[in-house]
Amino acid sequence: MDTFIGRYRNLIVFAAILFAQIIGLAIQVRRPSDAGDTRLIRFWAVSAVTPVESAVIHSQEWMTNLWTNYLYLHGVRRENRQLRAQLEQMKIEEARLSEDARMARRIQALLAFKEQYVDSTVAAQVIGTSGSDQSRVLYIDKGSNDGIATDMAVITPTGIVGKIVQVFPDSAQVLPINDQFSGVGAALKDSRLQGILKGGANGTTTLQYIMSDEKVTPGEDVITSGGDRIFPKGLPVGKVVSVQPGKDLFLNIRVIPAANLDQLEEVLVVTKITEKMPDVKDLSPLRASDILAERLPTIPTKTAVDAAGNAKPGSATAPAGTTATAVAHPAVTGTPAKPDAAGRTTNKSATAAGATTATNGLAKPKPATPVTGAATTKPKPSSGVASDSETDTNGASVPKQETKPAPEPAPSAPSEPLSTPPTGAPPQP
Amino acid sequence: MSTRVMPFRGSVTSREQVSVFEFSWPVIVFVPLVAVLIQIFIPVKVRFMPIVDLPFMVTIFFATARRNPITGCLTGCFIGLMQDLFAGPSHLLGMYGIALTVVGYLASSLGVKIDVENPGSRFLITFGFFGVHQGIYWVVAHEMLRQAVLWSWSHVAISALANAVIGIFVYKFLDRFKQR
Repeated sequence: MDTFIGRYRNLIVFAAILFAQIIGLAIQVRRPSDAGDTRLIRFWAVSAVTPVESAVIHSQEWMTNLWTNYLYLHGVRRENRQLRAQLEQMKIEEARLSEDARMARRIQALLAFKEQYVDSTVAAQVIGTSGSDQSRVLYIDKGSNDGIATDMAVITPTGIVGKIVQVFPDSAQVLPINDQFSGVGAALKDSRLQGILKGGANGTTTLQYIMSDEKVTPGEDVITSGGDRIFPKGLPVGKVVSVQPGKDLFLNIRVIPAANLDQLEEVLVVTKITEKMPDVKDLSPLRASDILAERLPTIPTKTAVDAAGNAKPGSATAPAGTTATAVAHPAVTGTPAKPDAAGRTTNKSATAAGATTATNGLAKPKPATPVTGAATTKPKPSSGVASDSETDTNGASVPKQETKPAPEPAPSAPSEPLSTPPTGAPPQP
Repeated sequence: MSTRVMPFRGSVTSREQVSVFEFSWPVIVFVPLVAVLIQIFIPVKVRFMPIVDLPFMVTIFFATARRNPITGCLTGCFIGLMQDLFAGPSHLLGMYGIALTVVGYLASSLGVKIDVENPGSRFLITFGFFGVHQGIYWVVAHEMLRQAVLWSWSHVAISALANAVIGIFVYKFLDRFKQR
């Protein structure tokens, strides 16, 4: 017996180690840890290692910042000029989009739709990966001490990344959307078809459970549908790159993620999502006085008063939608009176032309007057009819409007400065 | 500084005997740990890093240098389980452990029979055992645990080649820790 054991000692030890690990696997398969539950050995290991990783990453970031922000400043001035020009363009774009958003919110309010808002986020740094080709999990440097919990959404400005699957005191594990165990409720942006975005074993992402008789075109954007209760509705997911007939009557739609999942450095963890009705305060119309107040610094006092005093009701000097008012507020939907080039108000095209006027009026906006907080004077609350014999800010009496303004969902709401909704899902009409 | 000399059981190479190297305990503990750390840290910055498997190379190195099947499979088990710890909640403890245990045992058994100190044999050993490693992992994940794991010959071949080439330099660096 001793001879046998001595002769096959290596093989016996090898078989014993192998057998013990197979038994361990069987136990884990039989009793899988619950969602969010972390095995103690993993907890210890990750808690011991992540401070080291975090220190290495942050010291490297510090060195990089020192070089890029203080030493290597070649071309910064030119880049700054370009960015400023880009910012001006973005302001114009934002003004146009805020108009669309207001319209969408009005419709949602009318239909009693609830919107999901991202209330708070925590910025985190990616400090590690699984280190394996088979698993694509990531580690971030924020954990339960920073308010992170399991099933929180992880996003970037360009698109969604994944969700939190395990939380440690100072780190957390993220399951990206291209992992084979991931699933995200997603929808096609144009056709509104809903499916489930799943990751593959080779790191690809496919949109599943869309019937093969539906028409899906490559290039179409994919957004979150909100059906998984993790990601707020409307966040960018990716773009359709190929559509092929799959099995079981479903299409096989391959999606390329909007976020660059292979080279993530900083992400945002959505720590709080609120679901509420659209803010109807934003839906109340702006009055003519608000618009004039915005223009006030540029209006010659005497001339403007005279011009406004001579105005006659309904005598628009410019056709609706093509007015030359360079500073008409972009978000004046339903504004019953709009200023013309001379600063007069007119009640023509009170409702539908609001958007058109806004768009056209933005051709030459005042760069110094952003959209938000545009109304500098607080109007009387519950005006209801927006321009009911207003006195403009210059003291000139504007004749009472004859046409009725567009019906508003909350006529008693005071006219607040315009505000865009919090960061989060753009409302879907 | 200790070097033992071990006679060949089978005369596969021209040499009559082969050196068995020893390592200090800090090296035995920290080199695998650092390899695993680098493996989970570098892919954040280097995109293709998951192809390169440093813990696997370290397993091969220790197994062939010490030429003891028991310590070889124990080293493989230890390194594989460490890799499993960081591989995510869907990755069960033991998947890499089993694969590297087998690789450690086979590499150290082979190290007893042939000379594994020159770059050529190291290249071939790493190339071959990488395929074995991937195959065992596939069997464990796909056949035993019914997980969706793709098998691509081209991917395995390219990865094996990359590991074999990089392995030559890694082994050269790790040779400094040998005590002889």
